[in-house]
Amino acid sequence: MAQLKRIPGTNQPAATLDRRQAVPALIERPHDWLVVAGLAGTAQELCAMTDDGPNVFGLGGAMGAGPMMALGLALSQPNRKVLGITGDGELLMNVGALAAIALQCPPNLKLVCVDNGHYGETGNQDSHTGLGVALDRVAAGFGIPTVHTINTMAEIEEGKRILAAPGLAFILLRVKDGPALKKPRSLRPHVVRDRFRAALLGEK
Amino acid sequence: MTTQEGPAWAHAMYDALRAQGVTQIAYVPDAGHRVMIDRSLADPEVHSIPLTTEEEGVALLAGADLGGARGVLLMQSSGVGNCINMLSLTNGARFPLLTIVSMRGDFGEGNPWQFPMGRATQTVLEAMGVIVLRAEAPEDVLPTIQAASTMAFQSGEAVAVLLSQRLLGAKKF
Repeated sequence: MAQLKRIPGTNQPAATLDRRQAVPALIERPHDWLVVAGLAGTAQELCAMTDDGPNVFGLGGAMGAGPMMALGLALSQPNRKVLGITGDGELLMNVGALAAIALQCPPNLKLVCVDNGHYGETGNQDSHTGLGVALDRVAAGFGIPTVHTINTMAEIEEGKRILAAPGLAFILLRVKDGPALKKPRSLRPHVVRDRFRAALLGEK
Repeated sequence: MTTQEGPAWAHAMYDALRAQGVTQIAYVPDAGHRVMIDRSLADPEVHSIPLTTEEEGVALLAGADLGGARGVLLMQSSGVGNCINMLSLTNGARFPLLTIVSMRGDFGEGNPWQFPMGRATQTVLEAMGVIVLRAEAPEDVLPTIQAASTMAFQSGEAVAVLLSQRLLGAKKF
């Protein structure tokens, strides 16, 4: 099968981490966060890690919404820790969101990109990151003040320290391609919205 | 700018939205929204949020709603086209949405590039489930904004207020 060529001059190390271990190792207590998770892998795994918890709004469409939803949530809940977690495909679809987020710089917001270098839901085609686009350098160029890249389990420790400290940060978690943790979750977005607000705001 | 500069209807619109509890004001800049943008930048109680593309604002306001905050999205009619698929988030999850759209390709337009999206603006919004209200004259603005914010924030609907070029004045070419 014909393949796209790598971008000349790029040379990231091959990804070796399995997301099924790496994501729970990085996000140890997912219930502590207000979470917006992008389609599809990150929504599946954060819902699996919280048993489809009401603190997770997992997208099933509207690709590109995740990071900006996390910004709106972080600005509205300055005393809560907010996690925007998404894949490389979704982040690339609205990558300018990083500029909008850097400008606001909410200290309670952390962004995690689980980068598998592929469009996992659509036939596993190579994504731009799998061919050399470096989203950590992109995030730094947009002005995100703390950027950390994880290629190994050892580098997860620094990621955990960054997640625990105040300040806007971007973590690029590079994983090999393969399935995410998955359990049944609600794919009815109005149900997910209502239960999120009920749990957070006590809304009836 | 001082609070005296710019048309009175624009200041009345800002004050009405603040009275409704709006604290997130997101925008891709447009001359028709100058007063709103400048007032938001000068307001310590408000997050003034420049976007790189309008659809970011649709997602932002959904996140604001999850956290119990109210926001408004300001854009030019050309930006409505950038929001189409993102409005499936608003529509599917029944997020409230209030957007104020300054029209181009409308009354007296002198730039032919503006007509395709200007003509399609209302149709596109309605196709994605957004209720469209229009303000054509200065005295229309405040009651239209008040109606729209009630529909959005009390009833949970997605509402766009189109500010016509008859109100804004067409840009000279």
